[in-house]
Amino acid sequence: MEPRGFSPGDDTKAAMTDHAAAAVNGEYMQEASHLVPIRVYLTIFSLLMVLTAVTVGVSFLDLGPLNTVVAIVIAVTKMMLVVLYFMHVRYSSRLTWAVVAGGFFWLALLLFMTLGDYLTRGPGWLRYG
Amino acid sequence: MSGAHATQHPRLQHHFDNLDQQFEASALGMWLFLVTEILFFGGLFTAYMIYRLAYPQAFAEASHELDVVLGGVNTAVLISSSLTMAMAVWAAQMGKRSSQLLFLGLTILLGLAFLGVKAVEYAAKFEHHLVPGPDFRFEGARDPVHAQLFFSLYFVMTGLHALHMVIGIGLMAVLFVMAARGRFTKAYHTPVEVSGLYWHFVDIVWIFLFPLLYLIDRHGPVH
Repeated sequence: MEPRGFSPGDDTKAAMTDHAAAAVNGEYMQEASHLVPIRVYLTIFSLLMVLTAVTVGVSFLDLGPLNTVVAIVIAVTKMMLVVLYFMHVRYSSRLTWAVVAGGFFWLALLLFMTLGDYLTRGPGWLRYG
Repeated sequence: MSGAHATQHPRLQHHFDNLDQQFEASALGMWLFLVTEILFFGGLFTAYMIYRLAYPQAFAEASHELDVVLGGVNTAVLISSSLTMAMAVWAAQMGKRSSQLLFLGLTILLGLAFLGVKAVEYAAKFEHHLVPGPDFRFEGARDPVHAQLFFSLYFVMTGLHALHMVIGIGLMAVLFVMAARGRFTKAYHTPVEVSGLYWHFVDIVWIFLFPLLYLIDRHGPVH
């Protein structure tokens, strides 16, 4: 019984049967779950370790307000490496991309709109130094 | 599709066309949960941001009471656990059961090591009266009142993170048993991948917590 409005040709039918048979025999590998080579994981791991050392090192240098900026830029870079490679988003569907991007967009709204409120409450509210 | 049904994979639920579609749906479901987690932690990061802008001095002095070495070691431990988690997924994809057990076991051990270090740090804070409340004492601080705010955020944020670690270790233990029983194959290992997403997310939260809590203006003498 074919689903309504969908009538695959003979090739597709044959492919589906092969697909199911291969799945049962354990030969078939999920295409949606992307196989990343080990050397990619090791490279990402090394980069994450180096960036951790850099962020610790930089915090002991006096860069003024740039200290915080550098710390956040490094953390965001590390996050991107984890999300794209360890979490396979680089190899995922556009739908996954949209959901992930949407999550971070909403986080940005939360942070920046709150910041916009507090930073515009006039002098004296935030005590610098 | 009646022909295909006869040889359908036992793990394939009837409402999915094939294992790929089923996997994508599961991964997407986990991502939607993680989006709610991003915003859950996001509220705390927002509170941190506003109070640090309001009381930068207090936050810097309080931050210097945290142990950079222990925090740094724990960061390395957690990044290593993300590598072993990624390798556990790789082993599952390759259908290598013994490597899968090895990497899941290592992930559990690294997770426990992280919690152990965290327990040592918490104990030191209790000993030094740096836990917010009636016993809070911060000798020589210019702004001890607002330093308490920092420690409140420190305990809530790292505590919530640690709770996520405990749940993650529980998930890994379940995966370990499932893997030992041969539940995962090349064709079906969705639980490993989806739990991996959760584990990496918890790692990412720490990637932000470490510099924001431990590394505030480490260069200057605050006192």
